[in-house]
Amino acid sequence: MHVPKVLKIKKILTESKSVKTFIFDWNFNDSLLKPEPGQFMMIWNFEDEKPMSISKIDFENNEIGISIKNIGSFTNALHQLNNGDKVGIRGPYGHGFEFNDFKKILAIGGGIGMAPIASFTEFAIKNNLDVDVISAATTSNELLYEDRLNDAGANVFTCTDDGSCGFKGFATHRMEDLLQNNVYDLIVTCGPEIMMKGVVELANKHNISVQISMERWMKCALGVCGQCCVDDSGWRICKEGPVFWADDLNNIKEFAKYKRDSSGIRNYY
Amino acid sequence: MLNIELCGIKLRNPTMVAAGIMGSMASSLNWIYDSGAGAIVTKSFSKEPNKGYSNPTSVGVTGGIINAIGLSNPGVEIIKKELNLIKKEIPKVASIYGASPDDFAYTAKEVEDLVDMIELNVSCPHAMDGCGAAIGQDPDLTFKIVRAVKNEVSIPVLVKLTPNVTSIIDIALSAEKAECDGITLINSLGPGMKIDTETATPILKNKVGGMSGPAIKPIAIRCVYDVSQVVDVPVMGVGGISDYLDVVEFLYAGASAVQIGTALMDKGPQIFNEISINLENFMKIHDFKSIDEMVGLTHRV
Repeated sequence: MHVPKVLKIKKILTESKSVKTFIFDWNFNDSLLKPEPGQFMMIWNFEDEKPMSISKIDFENNEIGISIKNIGSFTNALHQLNNGDKVGIRGPYGHGFEFNDFKKILAIGGGIGMAPIASFTEFAIKNNLDVDVISAATTSNELLYEDRLNDAGANVFTCTDDGSCGFKGFATHRMEDLLQNNVYDLIVTCGPEIMMKGVVELANKHNISVQISMERWMKCALGVCGQCCVDDSGWRICKEGPVFWADDLNNIKEFAKYKRDSSGIRNYY
Repeated sequence: MLNIELCGIKLRNPTMVAAGIMGSMASSLNWIYDSGAGAIVTKSFSKEPNKGYSNPTSVGVTGGIINAIGLSNPGVEIIKKELNLIKKEIPKVASIYGASPDDFAYTAKEVEDLVDMIELNVSCPHAMDGCGAAIGQDPDLTFKIVRAVKNEVSIPVLVKLTPNVTSIIDIALSAEKAECDGITLINSLGPGMKIDTETATPILKNKVGGMSGPAIKPIAIRCVYDVSQVVDVPVMGVGGISDYLDVVEFLYAGASAVQIGTALMDKGPQIFNEISINLENFMKIHDFKSIDEMVGLTHRV
């Protein structure tokens, strides 16, 4: 338990200009290793270890996918890896998305926030739920999983900040359009907190339940070190999260305001 | 029934969260108290902010985990703001560390008015730059640090010791001679090490880390048993507690109170409520009227 499994990279998919998905063989028969959409893994490259969403959970081929956006030294090092190279994976961890009795779902991902939205969407469709997806990015060559999720049976709507995909505007603009013509009983979202804040506000106006997926600096991922606790409930993103109901945000007052660095100092957005 | 008095401070029960567990912010410490802890202990902090080690900082081993977080903390100035946000009614222990007697004394003085007790971490097995166990393995250095802090503050001062010494009794006696008000036993064990068998790489970035969890409990019990026989100050027992029977064992061994850490991994803060309820039942069944009757019972049988 809680030891990284060192696995060879089976495949690498180039998803966008800055995102690659690393595919690994995975043993779903071990119940402790069976991930749920919205859970995360600690990814170890023998230099550092960071939490990453699971972007693909493929029960048929016994594979998982971890999508990595190249944004810093750790993720850049991962992007240099090739098929057959080894990576350590510890997890799955955290509380994922809840499905309950929802029928028609709007799933909204911004940037690399699309990673858990992708595995959520495929899982939901397999369970005969109706899913519309908003995939948002800064520009069209950063859009993620459009073909994959359309093929899975979702209706994918894209939007970019610069309009290069045909729709210019934020995820919330796309969402406003969709809410005009559709009735959803659940919205799930992952992305920049400012975006998720807009999604929650709009969903509240339409009386629709929302689940959000958050991230914070993590160390142990086991629920003991306290690094990822949030104000002012003290909840641990690695245990009570990363997925919360929007109502829980009443107890996460730092949401869309600040996050703590490695020493615990607040960094305001 | 569960209430105790420790170094003059009243606690509703003998359980505290151990230093380093969900302890660098008021929010999580308030939650832990609301979940039933008798007192809170902060994560160890220092004069200046410290980012700690890079990940991996924790890994599972048989019987627990090993960690080398590296005493990360935002520094005493920010901790003071957090301490101010902890509810007034909560008994608070500030765990502090440093590299020198002056460091310890400075940090203790800074928070004296905001907490009920100080706990000196002279025992972290993965500290940098001569902090941690390098101090607690040396009776003279331990004496100097306790003296320096005692000279500076008037609130009770606990000393948390490392089990990784030839004679923990000698270190404890040295701390008592320096007039500490209590002794916390034990910090994490080791350091220990875990190697990945695919790559022969040590998993922790710091290579080694302190071991915690159920596997270290017998050692903690022995340390509490040995030390509580020779010192007059109260002893806090910590190491591998995951249920009320573990607490009973520590009390019998001579602990006046206990601290709980790694078990929050599986049980969360709710463990404090669970232990309080079960401990009270146990006391009724065994006809104990107070925690005090249980403390050190093994020495008397």
